[in-house]
Amino acid sequence: MNSPVTEAELQAWVDDQLAPARRGAVDDYLLLHPDEAARLQAYRTQNAALRARYDAVLDEPVPPALLLPLAAGAAYTPARAPEPAPAPLPPSAAGAAPASRPQPWPTDEAAARPGRPAANDGFWRPLRAAAMALLTLAGGAGGWWLHDALPGNRADADPGRLAQAQAERELGGLAHRAALAHAVYSPEIKHPVEVGADQEQHLVAWLSKRLGAPLHAPHLGAQGYELVGGRLLPGQSGPVAQFMYHDAGGARLTLYVSTEQTANQETGFRFAQEGQVGVFYWIDGKFGYALSGNLSKPALGKIANAVYAQLEPGA
Amino acid sequence: MPDASASLIACIPRLRRYARALLGERAGADDLVQETVERGWRKLASWRPGSDMRAWLFGIMHNLHVDQQRKPVLATEPLDDDLPVAAPNAEPSSGLALRDMDAALLQLPSEQRAVLLLVALEEMTYDEVALVLNIPLGTVMSRLSRARERLRLLMQSPARPAPLKVVK
Repeated sequence: MNSPVTEAELQAWVDDQLAPARRGAVDDYLLLHPDEAARLQAYRTQNAALRARYDAVLDEPVPPALLLPLAAGAAYTPARAPEPAPAPLPPSAAGAAPASRPQPWPTDEAAARPGRPAANDGFWRPLRAAAMALLTLAGGAGGWWLHDALPGNRADADPGRLAQAQAERELGGLAHRAALAHAVYSPEIKHPVEVGADQEQHLVAWLSKRLGAPLHAPHLGAQGYELVGGRLLPGQSGPVAQFMYHDAGGARLTLYVSTEQTANQETGFRFAQEGQVGVFYWIDGKFGYALSGNLSKPALGKIANAVYAQLEPGA
Repeated sequence: MPDASASLIACIPRLRRYARALLGERAGADDLVQETVERGWRKLASWRPGSDMRAWLFGIMHNLHVDQQRKPVLATEPLDDDLPVAAPNAEPSSGLALRDMDAALLQLPSEQRAVLLLVALEEMTYDEVALVLNIPLGTVMSRLSRARERLRLLMQSPARPAPLKVVK
Protein backbone atom coordinates (compact mmCIF):
# COMPACT_ATOMS: atom_id res chain seq x y z
CA MET A 1 0.00 0.00 0.00
CA ASN A 2 2.74 2.41 0.90
CA SER A 3 5.24 1.50 -1.77
CA PRO A 4 6.06 4.49 -3.97
CA VAL A 5 3.96 5.10 -7.03
CA THR A 6 5.83 4.35 -10.24
CA GLU A 7 5.58 5.97 -13.66
CA ALA A 8 4.28 2.67 -15.04
CA GLU A 9 1.44 2.80 -12.53
CA LEU A 10 0.61 6.34 -13.55
CA GLN A 11 0.42 5.23 -17.16
CA ALA A 12 -1.79 2.33 -16.13
CA TRP A 13 -4.04 4.79 -14.33
CA VAL A 14 -4.54 6.65 -17.62
CA ASP A 15 -5.64 3.47 -19.37
CA ASP A 16 -7.68 2.00 -16.52
CA GLN A 17 -5.24 -0.86 -16.37
CA LEU A 18 -4.12 -0.21 -12.81
CA ALA A 19 -4.37 -3.13 -10.41
CA PRO A 20 -7.34 -2.41 -8.10
CA ALA A 21 -5.14 -2.77 -5.05
CA ARG A 22 -3.04 0.21 -6.14
CA ARG A 23 -5.81 2.60 -7.09
CA GLY A 24 -6.01 4.13 -3.67
CA ALA A 25 -2.28 4.78 -3.54
CA VAL A 26 -2.25 6.42 -6.95
CA ASP A 27 -5.31 8.54 -6.18
CA ASP A 28 -3.65 9.76 -2.99
CA TYR A 29 -0.49 10.55 -4.90
CA LEU A 30 -2.39 12.56 -7.50
CA LEU A 31 -4.14 14.58 -4.81
CA LEU A 32 -0.77 15.60 -3.49
CA HIS A 33 0.72 16.26 -6.91
CA PRO A 34 -1.65 18.39 -8.98
CA ASP A 35 0.90 18.79 -11.79
CA GLU A 36 1.02 15.07 -12.22
CA ALA A 37 -2.74 14.85 -12.13
CA ALA A 38 -2.93 17.44 -14.91
CA ARG A 39 -0.38 15.52 -16.95
CA LEU A 40 -2.35 12.29 -16.65
CA GLN A 41 -5.57 14.09 -17.53
CA ALA A 42 -3.86 15.36 -20.66
CA TYR A 43 -2.94 11.81 -21.56
CA ARG A 44 -6.53 10.71 -21.15
CA THR A 45 -7.62 13.54 -23.41
CA GLN A 46 -4.97 12.35 -25.83
CA ASN A 47 -6.43 8.85 -25.88
CA ALA A 48 -9.85 10.27 -26.63
CA ALA A 49 -8.44 12.54 -29.34
CA LEU A 50 -6.69 9.64 -31.04
CA ARG A 51 -9.88 7.64 -31.13
CA ALA A 52 -11.83 10.66 -32.34
CA ARG A 53 -9.35 11.11 -35.14
CA TYR A 54 -9.08 7.53 -36.36
CA ASP A 55 -12.26 5.71 -35.38
CA ALA A 56 -13.90 6.92 -38.57
CA VAL A 57 -11.69 4.47 -40.46
CA LEU A 58 -13.62 1.64 -38.83
CA ASP A 59 -16.74 2.73 -40.67
CA GLU A 60 -15.15 3.16 -44.07
CA PRO A 61 -16.00 0.48 -46.63
CA VAL A 62 -13.15 -1.97 -46.93
CA PRO A 63 -11.38 -1.43 -50.27
CA PRO A 64 -11.93 -4.44 -52.55
CA ALA A 65 -8.22 -5.07 -52.93
CA LEU A 66 -8.01 -5.99 -49.25
CA LEU A 67 -10.49 -8.80 -49.72
CA LEU A 68 -8.97 -10.22 -52.86
CA PRO A 69 -6.81 -12.80 -51.13
CA LEU A 70 -9.85 -14.10 -49.31
CA ALA A 71 -11.95 -14.23 -52.43
CA ALA A 72 -9.28 -16.10 -54.31
CA GLY A 73 -8.92 -18.45 -51.38
CA ALA A 74 -6.05 -20.23 -53.01
CA ALA A 75 -3.52 -20.56 -50.29
CA TYR A 76 -5.22 -21.51 -47.10
CA THR A 77 -5.16 -25.24 -46.60
CA PRO A 78 -6.66 -26.03 -43.25
CA ALA A 79 -4.67 -28.52 -41.29
CA ARG A 80 -6.41 -31.85 -40.90
CA ALA A 81 -4.44 -33.15 -37.97
CA PRO A 82 -3.70 -30.91 -35.01
CA GLU A 83 -0.24 -29.48 -35.43
CA PRO A 84 2.21 -28.95 -32.61
CA ALA A 85 1.00 -25.84 -30.86
CA PRO A 86 2.75 -22.92 -32.49
CA ALA A 87 4.02 -19.96 -30.56
CA PRO A 88 1.33 -17.31 -30.27
CA LEU A 89 3.32 -15.20 -32.69
CA PRO A 90 5.01 -17.53 -35.13
CA PRO A 91 8.58 -16.41 -35.71
CA SER A 92 8.05 -17.16 -39.37
CA ALA A 93 5.94 -14.04 -39.43
CA ALA A 94 9.13 -12.13 -38.80
CA GLY A 95 9.64 -11.96 -42.50
CA ALA A 96 11.56 -14.78 -44.10
CA ALA A 97 10.05 -13.51 -47.30
CA PRO A 98 10.82 -9.88 -47.96
CA ALA A 99 7.90 -7.58 -47.44
CA SER A 100 7.42 -6.25 -50.88
CA ARG A 101 4.57 -4.89 -52.90
CA PRO A 102 1.43 -6.99 -52.76
CA GLN A 103 1.88 -10.12 -54.75
CA PRO A 104 -0.51 -11.04 -57.48
CA TRP A 105 -2.89 -13.55 -56.15
CA PRO A 106 -2.70 -16.53 -56.24
CA THR A 107 1.02 -16.58 -55.93
CA ASP A 108 3.08 -19.15 -57.75
CA GLU A 109 4.09 -20.50 -54.42
CA ALA A 110 0.50 -21.18 -53.54
CA ALA A 111 -0.39 -22.59 -56.92
CA ALA A 112 2.61 -24.87 -56.91
CA ARG A 113 2.03 -26.18 -53.46
CA PRO A 114 1.84 -29.94 -53.71
CA GLY A 115 -0.86 -32.02 -52.21
CA ARG A 116 -3.42 -29.32 -51.79
CA PRO A 117 -6.48 -31.20 -50.61
CA ALA A 118 -9.04 -30.64 -53.29
CA ALA A 119 -11.67 -32.23 -51.10
CA ASN A 120 -11.68 -29.12 -48.93
CA ASP A 121 -12.84 -26.95 -51.76
CA GLY A 122 -16.44 -27.78 -51.13
CA PHE A 123 -16.01 -26.90 -47.51
CA TRP A 124 -14.54 -23.52 -48.34
CA ARG A 125 -16.77 -22.56 -51.18
CA PRO A 126 -19.43 -20.82 -49.06
CA LEU A 127 -16.84 -18.70 -47.37
CA ARG A 128 -15.28 -17.73 -50.63
CA ALA A 129 -18.69 -16.82 -51.91
CA ALA A 130 -19.16 -14.59 -48.90
CA ALA A 131 -15.86 -12.88 -49.55
CA MET A 132 -16.81 -12.42 -53.17
CA ALA A 133 -20.09 -10.86 -52.14
CA LEU A 134 -18.27 -8.44 -49.88
CA LEU A 135 -15.94 -7.74 -52.73
CA THR A 136 -18.76 -6.98 -55.09
CA LEU A 137 -20.28 -4.56 -52.64
CA ALA A 138 -16.98 -2.86 -51.99
CA GLY A 139 -16.25 -2.89 -55.69
CA GLY A 140 -19.29 -0.78 -56.34
CA ALA A 141 -18.13 1.88 -53.94
CA GLY A 142 -14.53 1.53 -55.04
CA GLY A 143 -15.40 1.99 -58.66
CA TRP A 144 -17.31 5.09 -57.80
CA TRP A 145 -14.56 6.85 -55.93
CA LEU A 146 -11.95 5.78 -58.41
CA HIS A 147 -14.04 7.41 -61.08
CA ASP A 148 -13.99 10.67 -59.23
CA ALA A 149 -10.33 10.43 -58.41
CA LEU A 150 -9.17 10.25 -62.00
CA PRO A 151 -8.41 13.73 -63.24
CA GLY A 152 -9.69 12.86 -66.69
CA ASN A 153 -13.11 12.25 -65.27
CA ARG A 154 -13.54 15.55 -63.58
CA ALA A 155 -16.32 17.50 -65.10
CA ASP A 156 -14.47 20.77 -64.87
CA ALA A 157 -11.31 19.48 -66.50
CA ASP A 158 -10.56 21.08 -69.82
CA PRO A 159 -8.85 18.46 -71.97
CA GLY A 160 -6.81 21.05 -73.82
CA ARG A 161 -5.45 22.55 -70.63
CA LEU A 162 -4.71 19.15 -69.19
CA ALA A 163 -2.72 18.20 -72.28
CA GLN A 164 -0.87 21.48 -72.09
CA ALA A 165 -0.03 20.97 -68.44
CA GLN A 166 1.06 17.44 -69.19
CA ALA A 167 3.33 18.66 -71.98
CA GLU A 168 4.87 21.29 -69.69
CA ARG A 169 5.60 18.68 -67.04
CA GLU A 170 7.17 16.37 -69.57
CA LEU A 171 9.31 19.15 -70.95
CA GLY A 172 10.62 20.23 -67.60
CA GLY A 173 11.37 16.65 -66.67
CA LEU A 174 13.17 16.10 -69.94
CA ALA A 175 15.50 19.04 -69.44
CA HIS A 176 16.20 18.09 -65.87
CA ARG A 177 16.97 14.45 -66.61
CA ALA A 178 19.16 15.43 -69.54
CA ALA A 179 21.13 17.90 -67.42
CA LEU A 180 21.55 15.30 -64.73
CA ALA A 181 22.76 12.67 -67.19
CA HIS A 182 25.17 15.21 -68.64
CA ALA A 183 26.53 16.09 -65.22
CA VAL A 184 26.96 12.43 -64.34
CA TYR A 185 28.60 11.10 -67.49
CA SER A 186 30.42 13.96 -69.16
CA PRO A 187 33.22 14.12 -66.55
CA GLU A 188 33.91 10.40 -66.98
CA ILE A 189 37.45 9.84 -68.18
CA LYS A 190 37.62 6.08 -68.56
CA HIS A 191 34.04 5.17 -69.36
CA PRO A 192 32.24 8.15 -70.81
CA VAL A 193 30.18 5.96 -73.14
CA GLU A 194 29.07 2.37 -73.41
CA VAL A 195 29.67 2.06 -77.15
CA GLY A 196 32.32 4.18 -78.84
CA ALA A 197 32.15 6.15 -82.04
CA ASP A 198 34.37 3.56 -83.72
CA GLN A 199 31.24 1.38 -83.73
CA GLU A 200 28.85 4.14 -84.64
CA GLN A 201 26.68 1.96 -86.83
CA HIS A 202 26.27 -0.62 -84.11
CA LEU A 203 25.64 2.09 -81.52
CA VAL A 204 22.87 3.71 -83.53
CA ALA A 205 21.27 0.40 -84.42
CA TRP A 206 21.35 -0.74 -80.82
CA LEU A 207 19.87 2.43 -79.38
CA SER A 208 17.24 2.57 -82.12
CA LYS A 209 16.21 -0.94 -81.30
CA ARG A 210 16.00 -0.27 -77.58
CA LEU A 211 14.05 2.95 -77.98
CA GLY A 212 11.84 1.42 -80.63
CA ALA A 213 12.40 4.26 -83.10
CA PRO A 214 15.02 5.11 -85.69
CA LEU A 215 17.67 7.40 -84.21
CA HIS A 216 20.52 9.30 -85.76
CA ALA A 217 23.68 10.56 -84.20
CA PRO A 218 24.03 14.03 -85.71
CA HIS A 219 27.45 14.98 -87.08
CA LEU A 220 28.76 18.13 -85.55
CA GLY A 221 32.18 18.33 -87.21
CA ALA A 222 31.28 21.72 -88.67
CA GLN A 223 30.73 22.98 -85.13
CA GLY A 224 34.05 21.53 -83.98
CA TYR A 225 32.63 18.51 -82.14
CA GLU A 226 33.04 14.86 -82.90
CA LEU A 227 31.10 11.89 -81.63
CA VAL A 228 32.57 10.04 -78.64
CA GLY A 229 29.82 7.41 -78.50
CA GLY A 230 26.64 6.79 -76.60
CA ARG A 231 24.84 4.96 -73.89
CA LEU A 232 21.43 3.71 -72.88
CA LEU A 233 19.83 5.29 -69.79
CA PRO A 234 16.63 4.91 -67.83
CA GLY A 235 14.22 7.72 -68.61
CA GLN A 236 10.86 8.58 -67.19
CA SER A 237 9.16 5.36 -68.22
CA GLY A 238 11.66 3.41 -70.26
CA PRO A 239 14.97 3.60 -72.06
CA VAL A 240 16.45 6.82 -73.38
CA ALA A 241 19.67 7.41 -75.30
CA GLN A 242 22.57 9.72 -74.71
CA PHE A 243 25.09 10.63 -77.40
CA MET A 244 28.30 12.30 -76.32
CA TYR A 245 30.51 14.66 -78.29
CA HIS A 246 33.76 16.45 -77.56
CA ASP A 247 35.79 19.19 -79.12
CA ALA A 248 39.55 19.37 -79.64
CA GLY A 249 39.97 20.76 -76.15
CA GLY A 250 38.03 17.88 -74.60
CA ALA A 251 34.91 19.94 -73.77
CA ARG A 252 31.88 17.70 -73.91
CA LEU A 253 28.32 17.97 -75.12
CA THR A 254 25.59 15.41 -74.70
CA LEU A 255 22.47 14.91 -76.72
CA TYR A 256 19.70 13.19 -74.79
CA VAL A 257 17.01 11.52 -76.87
CA SER A 258 13.78 10.16 -75.46
CA THR A 259 10.78 8.66 -77.17
CA GLU A 260 8.52 9.08 -74.17
CA GLN A 261 6.64 12.24 -75.05
CA THR A 262 2.98 11.43 -74.81
CA ALA A 263 1.56 14.90 -75.44
CA ASN A 264 2.75 14.42 -79.02
CA GLN A 265 3.29 18.06 -79.74
CA GLU A 266 5.95 20.07 -81.41
CA THR A 267 7.63 22.82 -79.52
CA GLY A 268 10.22 25.41 -80.32
CA PHE A 269 13.55 25.53 -78.59
CA ARG A 270 13.59 26.08 -74.91
CA PHE A 271 16.53 26.74 -72.70
CA ALA A 272 17.16 25.74 -69.12
CA GLN A 273 20.15 26.34 -66.92
CA GLU A 274 20.80 23.73 -64.24
CA GLY A 275 23.86 24.80 -62.33
CA GLN A 276 26.78 24.84 -64.73
CA VAL A 277 24.88 22.93 -67.35
CA GLY A 278 22.91 24.70 -70.06
CA VAL A 279 20.22 22.70 -71.84
CA PHE A 280 18.48 23.39 -75.13
CA TYR A 281 15.50 21.14 -75.51
CA TRP A 282 12.55 20.61 -77.74
CA ILE A 283 9.85 18.07 -78.54
CA ASP A 284 9.07 16.67 -81.93
CA GLY A 285 6.15 14.26 -81.82
CA LYS A 286 7.06 11.45 -79.50
CA PHE A 287 10.73 12.44 -79.58
CA GLY A 288 12.17 14.67 -76.92
CA TYR A 289 15.66 16.08 -77.47
CA ALA A 290 17.93 17.86 -75.07
CA LEU A 291 21.39 19.16 -75.84
CA SER A 292 23.45 19.83 -72.74
CA GLY A 293 26.83 21.46 -72.30
CA ASN A 294 28.82 23.80 -70.12
CA LEU A 295 28.59 26.51 -72.76
CA SER A 296 27.11 29.94 -73.05
CA LYS A 297 23.54 30.10 -74.23
CA PRO A 298 24.40 31.53 -77.68
CA ALA A 299 27.17 29.03 -78.31
CA LEU A 300 25.00 26.10 -77.28
CA GLY A 301 22.10 27.54 -79.28
CA LYS A 302 24.13 27.45 -82.51
CA ILE A 303 24.92 23.79 -82.01
CA ALA A 304 21.30 23.03 -81.10
CA ASN A 305 20.27 24.53 -84.42
CA ALA A 306 22.69 22.28 -86.24
CA VAL A 307 21.38 19.25 -84.37
CA TYR A 308 17.81 20.22 -85.10
CA ALA A 309 18.54 20.67 -88.79
CA GLN A 310 20.03 17.21 -89.05
CA LEU A 311 17.22 15.54 -87.14
CA GLU A 312 14.49 17.25 -89.10
CA PRO A 313 12.66 14.57 -91.07
CA GLY A 314 13.88 14.58 -94.61
CA ALA A 315 17.04 16.42 -93.68
CA MET B 1 -12.20 -23.59 -39.15
CA PRO B 2 -14.44 -21.27 -41.09
CA ASP B 3 -14.70 -19.01 -38.07
CA ALA B 4 -10.96 -18.40 -38.33
CA SER B 5 -11.46 -16.73 -41.68
CA ALA B 6 -14.46 -14.87 -40.38
CA SER B 7 -12.46 -13.46 -37.51
CA LEU B 8 -9.69 -12.53 -39.91
CA ILE B 9 -12.15 -10.57 -42.02
CA ALA B 10 -13.61 -9.01 -38.89
CA CYS B 11 -10.17 -7.67 -37.94
CA ILE B 12 -9.63 -5.79 -41.20
CA PRO B 13 -11.26 -2.51 -40.13
CA ARG B 14 -9.13 -2.45 -36.98
CA LEU B 15 -6.00 -3.19 -38.94
CA ARG B 16 -6.86 -0.31 -41.25
CA ARG B 17 -7.46 2.11 -38.39
CA TYR B 18 -4.14 1.26 -36.80
CA ALA B 19 -2.23 1.34 -40.08
CA ARG B 20 -3.72 4.71 -40.99
CA ALA B 21 -2.61 6.23 -37.73
CA LEU B 22 0.76 4.53 -37.89
CA LEU B 23 1.61 5.65 -41.41
CA GLY B 24 -0.40 8.86 -41.56
CA GLU B 25 -1.76 8.28 -45.02
CA ARG B 26 -4.28 6.05 -46.69
CA ALA B 27 -2.53 4.46 -49.64
CA GLY B 28 0.49 3.17 -47.78
CA ALA B 29 -1.68 2.06 -44.89
CA ASP B 30 -3.95 -0.01 -47.10
CA ASP B 31 -0.93 -1.56 -48.82
CA LEU B 32 0.30 -2.62 -45.43
CA VAL B 33 -3.09 -4.02 -44.48
CA GLN B 34 -3.29 -5.89 -47.75
CA GLU B 35 0.07 -7.53 -47.19
CA THR B 36 -0.96 -8.39 -43.66
CA VAL B 37 -4.20 -9.99 -44.82
CA GLU B 38 -2.40 -11.94 -47.52
CA ARG B 39 0.22 -13.21 -45.15
CA GLY B 40 -2.35 -13.93 -42.46
CA TRP B 41 -4.41 -15.88 -44.93
CA ARG B 42 -1.46 -17.94 -46.04
CA LYS B 43 -0.51 -18.69 -42.46
CA LEU B 44 -3.99 -19.21 -41.16
CA ALA B 45 -3.29 -22.90 -40.77
CA SER B 46 -0.63 -22.05 -38.21
CA TRP B 47 -2.94 -19.88 -36.19
CA ARG B 48 -3.91 -21.71 -33.05
CA PRO B 49 -7.68 -21.84 -32.72
CA GLY B 50 -8.83 -20.19 -29.56
CA SER B 51 -5.85 -17.85 -29.41
CA ASP B 52 -6.17 -14.15 -30.03
CA MET B 53 -6.61 -13.56 -33.76
CA ARG B 54 -6.27 -9.82 -33.34
CA ALA B 55 -2.92 -10.03 -31.55
CA TRP B 56 -1.69 -12.53 -34.12
CA LEU B 57 -2.60 -10.29 -37.06
CA PHE B 58 -1.24 -7.15 -35.45
CA GLY B 59 1.99 -9.06 -34.86
CA ILE B 60 2.17 -9.91 -38.54
CA MET B 61 1.51 -6.31 -39.45
CA HIS B 62 4.16 -5.09 -37.08
CA ASN B 63 6.76 -7.39 -38.62
CA LEU B 64 5.85 -6.32 -42.13
CA HIS B 65 6.08 -2.69 -41.14
CA VAL B 66 9.49 -3.16 -39.56
CA ASP B 67 10.66 -4.88 -42.75
CA GLN B 68 9.36 -2.01 -44.84
CA GLN B 69 11.13 0.55 -42.75
CA ARG B 70 14.44 -1.21 -43.24
CA LYS B 71 14.14 -0.83 -46.97
CA PRO B 72 14.61 2.48 -48.68
CA VAL B 73 11.50 3.28 -50.64
CA LEU B 74 10.73 5.68 -53.41
CA ALA B 75 8.88 8.74 -52.29
CA THR B 76 5.29 8.44 -53.32
CA GLU B 77 2.55 10.95 -53.52
CA PRO B 78 -0.84 9.96 -52.15
CA LEU B 79 -3.47 10.21 -54.86
CA ASP B 80 -6.47 10.08 -52.63
CA ASP B 81 -6.71 13.70 -51.53
CA ASP B 82 -9.98 14.12 -53.35
CA LEU B 83 -11.58 10.96 -52.12
CA PRO B 84 -14.54 11.33 -49.83
CA VAL B 85 -13.48 10.73 -46.28
CA ALA B 86 -15.79 9.64 -43.55
CA ALA B 87 -16.70 12.61 -41.41
CA PRO B 88 -14.35 12.82 -38.45
CA ASN B 89 -16.25 12.72 -35.21
CA ALA B 90 -13.94 14.87 -33.17
CA GLU B 91 -15.48 16.57 -30.22
CA PRO B 92 -15.51 20.26 -31.04
CA SER B 93 -14.43 20.99 -27.51
CA SER B 94 -11.26 18.99 -27.81
CA GLY B 95 -9.72 21.92 -29.69
CA LEU B 96 -7.41 19.60 -31.53
CA ALA B 97 -7.08 20.11 -35.22
CA LEU B 98 -7.14 16.76 -36.96
CA ARG B 99 -4.24 17.47 -39.24
CA ASP B 100 -2.20 18.51 -36.25
CA MET B 101 -2.75 15.13 -34.72
CA ASP B 102 -1.58 13.39 -37.90
CA ALA B 103 1.48 15.57 -38.12
CA ALA B 104 2.33 15.30 -34.43
CA LEU B 105 1.99 11.52 -34.46
CA LEU B 106 4.36 11.24 -37.38
CA GLN B 107 6.97 13.12 -35.42
CA LEU B 108 7.12 10.38 -32.83
CA PRO B 109 9.65 7.63 -33.38
CA SER B 110 7.71 4.83 -35.01
CA GLU B 111 8.36 2.36 -32.19
CA GLN B 112 6.84 4.79 -29.70
CA ARG B 113 3.94 5.52 -32.03
CA ALA B 114 3.17 1.82 -32.35
CA VAL B 115 2.94 1.35 -28.59
CA LEU B 116 0.79 4.42 -28.07
CA LEU B 117 -1.63 3.45 -30.85
CA LEU B 118 -2.04 -0.12 -29.70
CA VAL B 119 -2.86 1.15 -26.22
CA ALA B 120 -5.00 4.14 -27.15
CA LEU B 121 -6.79 2.91 -30.27
CA GLU B 122 -6.83 -0.83 -29.81
CA GLU B 123 -7.08 -0.61 -26.03
CA MET B 124 -4.77 -3.55 -25.72
CA THR B 125 -3.39 -4.51 -22.34
CA TYR B 126 0.30 -3.80 -21.87
CA ASP B 127 0.98 -7.53 -21.95
CA GLU B 128 -0.75 -7.84 -25.30
CA VAL B 129 1.28 -4.96 -26.66
CA ALA B 130 4.47 -6.64 -25.48
CA LEU B 131 3.40 -9.82 -27.25
CA VAL B 132 2.42 -8.11 -30.49
CA LEU B 133 5.56 -6.02 -30.72
CA ASN B 134 7.76 -8.75 -29.29
CA ILE B 135 9.36 -6.47 -26.71
CA PRO B 136 9.62 -6.68 -22.91
CA LEU B 137 6.87 -5.18 -20.79
CA GLY B 138 9.28 -2.61 -19.35
CA THR B 139 10.03 -1.37 -22.86
CA VAL B 140 6.33 -1.06 -23.56
CA MET B 141 5.91 1.13 -20.49
CA SER B 142 8.87 3.38 -21.17
CA ARG B 143 7.91 3.86 -24.81
CA LEU B 144 4.34 4.61 -23.85
CA SER B 145 5.44 7.17 -21.32
CA ARG B 146 7.80 8.89 -23.75
CA ALA B 147 5.31 8.83 -26.60
CA ARG B 148 2.60 10.46 -24.52
CA GLU B 149 4.78 13.19 -23.17
CA ARG B 150 6.25 13.98 -26.55
CA LEU B 151 2.85 14.06 -28.19
CA ARG B 152 1.55 16.32 -25.46
CA LEU B 153 4.36 18.80 -26.03
CA LEU B 154 3.95 18.61 -29.80
CA MET B 155 0.26 19.36 -29.58
CA GLN B 156 0.91 22.32 -27.29
CA SER B 157 3.58 24.03 -29.32
CA PRO B 158 2.20 26.30 -32.02
CA ALA B 159 5.27 25.96 -34.20
CA ARG B 160 4.89 23.22 -36.73
CA PRO B 161 7.49 22.07 -39.16
CA ALA B 162 6.70 22.65 -42.80
CA PRO B 163 5.35 19.54 -44.49
CA LEU B 164 7.87 17.71 -46.59
CA LYS B 165 7.93 18.83 -50.14
CA VAL B 166 7.62 16.36 -52.95
CA VAL B 167 10.57 16.98 -55.18
CA LYS B 168 9.84 16.25 -58.79
